[in-house]
Amino acid sequence: MIAPSRGWWSVNLGELWAYRELIYFLTWRDIKVRYKQTAIGVAWAILQPLAMMVVFTIFFGRLARVPSDGVPYPLFAYVGLLPWQLFSRTITESTNSLVTDQRLITRVYFPRVIVPIAATMAAVVDFLVASALLGGLMTYYRVVPGATVLWLPVFVLLMLVTALGVGFWLSALNVEYRDVAYAVPFLNQFWLFLTPVVYPTSVVPEAWRVLYGLNPMVGVVEGFRWALLGVGQGPSPAVAGSAVVAVLLFASGLVWFRRRERTFVDAIGSGGR
Amino acid sequence: MSDIAIRAEGLGKRYRIGHALRYKALRDSLADVFTAPLRRFRARGRPDGAVQDAEEATIWALKDVSFEIPVGAVVGIIGRNGAGKSTLLKVLSRITEPTEGRAEIRGRVGSLLEVGTGFHPELTGRENVYLNGAILGMRRREIERKFDEIVAFAEVERFIDTPVKYYSSGMYLRLGFSVAAHLEPEILLIDEVLAVGDAAFQRKCLDKMDSVAREGRTVAFVTHNLGALRQLCPETLWVDRGRIALRGGTAQVVQAYLEAAQARRAEFVAESRQRGRTEAVVLRRVAVTDRGGAIVEAVASEEDVYVRIEYEVAAAIASARVGLRLHAGDGTLVFTSNDTDPSGEGVPRSPGIYASVCTIPGNLLNEGQYYVTVACDRPMQEIVFVQEHVVAFSVYVGGGVGGAVRDGRRGVVRPPLQWTVRSLAEDGGKLRAASAMDVGG
Repeated sequence: MIAPSRGWWSVNLGELWAYRELIYFLTWRDIKVRYKQTAIGVAWAILQPLAMMVVFTIFFGRLARVPSDGVPYPLFAYVGLLPWQLFSRTITESTNSLVTDQRLITRVYFPRVIVPIAATMAAVVDFLVASALLGGLMTYYRVVPGATVLWLPVFVLLMLVTALGVGFWLSALNVEYRDVAYAVPFLNQFWLFLTPVVYPTSVVPEAWRVLYGLNPMVGVVEGFRWALLGVGQGPSPAVAGSAVVAVLLFASGLVWFRRRERTFVDAIGSGGR
Repeated sequence: MSDIAIRAEGLGKRYRIGHALRYKALRDSLADVFTAPLRRFRARGRPDGAVQDAEEATIWALKDVSFEIPVGAVVGIIGRNGAGKSTLLKVLSRITEPTEGRAEIRGRVGSLLEVGTGFHPELTGRENVYLNGAILGMRRREIERKFDEIVAFAEVERFIDTPVKYYSSGMYLRLGFSVAAHLEPEILLIDEVLAVGDAAFQRKCLDKMDSVAREGRTVAFVTHNLGALRQLCPETLWVDRGRIALRGGTAQVVQAYLEAAQARRAEFVAESRQRGRTEAVVLRRVAVTDRGGAIVEAVASEEDVYVRIEYEVAAAIASARVGLRLHAGDGTLVFTSNDTDPSGEGVPRSPGIYASVCTIPGNLLNEGQYYVTVACDRPMQEIVFVQEHVVAFSVYVGGGVGGAVRDGRRGVVRPPLQWTVRSLAEDGGKLRAASAMDVGG
């Protein structure tokens, strides 16, 4: 049945499930292509957060003496960098995903939302690879996670919901406004400052915490540190706020995306024919 | 009712043209916020009080399109460029939504709007088969099962683990087509995939499509290749200006289509901006002329006739060729020729305005009506533009071959051929005039 769709609630999850293999193949393609021509391949997924950890440790940990809640600064920074890198990569990749795959989109039908999802999944693979190094770091610093680690899946989920939500918004907007692609690098840096990656939440004044928590990445990074290192507050009003915002972003992003996707092809153009 | 595969009711698709066609910059939208009230205010001053630009900037690529295609039917779709054929296929394959109307499709749809969609140059042939298969809607298990068959059909066994960026364009196309050909949809929508590739490849595609059709699948096939159309499709839809102009037996529809084309002149001048397209090469004008450059609508059979194709290379293009196809009045393709012949390869073109002129020598064409299709492509890769039956001219018998007898000889061509006539009598008698060699009439 083909007809002009109406209404806001045309999110068809059953269809998405039917196309799950395509998500897999597009993710696989992104990873394969990304590392195919590099000399060290997937090692980049470790090298990037590792290099940032070193830089942060030197400048923020040693020189600026930023507190790290009693945890060795490199470990503190790395646990923050893991989810941050996933988030940052997701928003960069998904923003351009629809435009990059325009030939695909203008030639074949499939739920378009698969494209930013696959971009996110490719970042998840990097995240998993980079997580391996975390195990090494924790062994080195002899940090054993407590029972709080059982919460980790919840925060991983929160991370994915946040990344996907922002990815849906940015990718859909970028089809119509190519300005978005130019704004994203800036957004990325700006957002990093608003997220407790290089510093602990404890430096933020109590009165500002709830407002601060409206940045869903605050809840994610806080949650990761609490679950893995046992520092910070764990499930707190700020984290709950982050979760609510993340779910709202995700739901609104998905609905907005599905609503706009019917005009993507018309907005992108026929891609050469 | 269940024997209908595709039913379209009042399908319409409206496009915005002009600056809104490509994409908006944020600044435009911001500017709109400020200027829209002003425009409305100004509009109030006009007698009709209408806000004009909203109306002006749209075009109906499809309008009131209704038809049914029964299960198992193989239907051709023809029409001039920009008539709405491709839009129709895009709507039916759900790539773009109709603005109005609806279509019902029963069965798994495979749409083949391009060969090798989603192929990634860095990936190997094997990897691309899986990727492309998944994109076209195949399950992984299904691809695994058919993998060997796909590779064998494409004849790329030896290179299956080589990245496709090292493939020749022929191999690339064969592999792309092969994946698509092994898709087993109940309904297959195909857009002009045969316009690329060499003759052997086209032959193979046609045979495959023929066998698909024989298996009882429903096929809708957009094409400019009237020969393929006749061979494959018993029935044809002719789309003109977004509407269905005629539907019926292929022979009848093709004839009507060509007769409509006949109204066209020996000169064609492109509209200044065709729907805001931004191809690298843009057609400007096509004319049929005589030696002196004057436009002619009828030429004597012994005279040379020139087809002049004027185009603008808007952006440098690494490989392109401009060519023409000459069709006889009944749709028979007489020949295809390119401005890079004899090699026929694409050559680099730098920006500027050019004219490629093809000389069709005298004493080649027989009397009758001829239609010229002009095109520019990147060989084996992409069609930059095609204008079907864009100009027409007629040939009458002058003083050339057979000019003295006017016997209405048959055939598409009327070439002056070498003959020798010798008496086989022993005395080696004199030559006898033998004018009635042609068993014509």
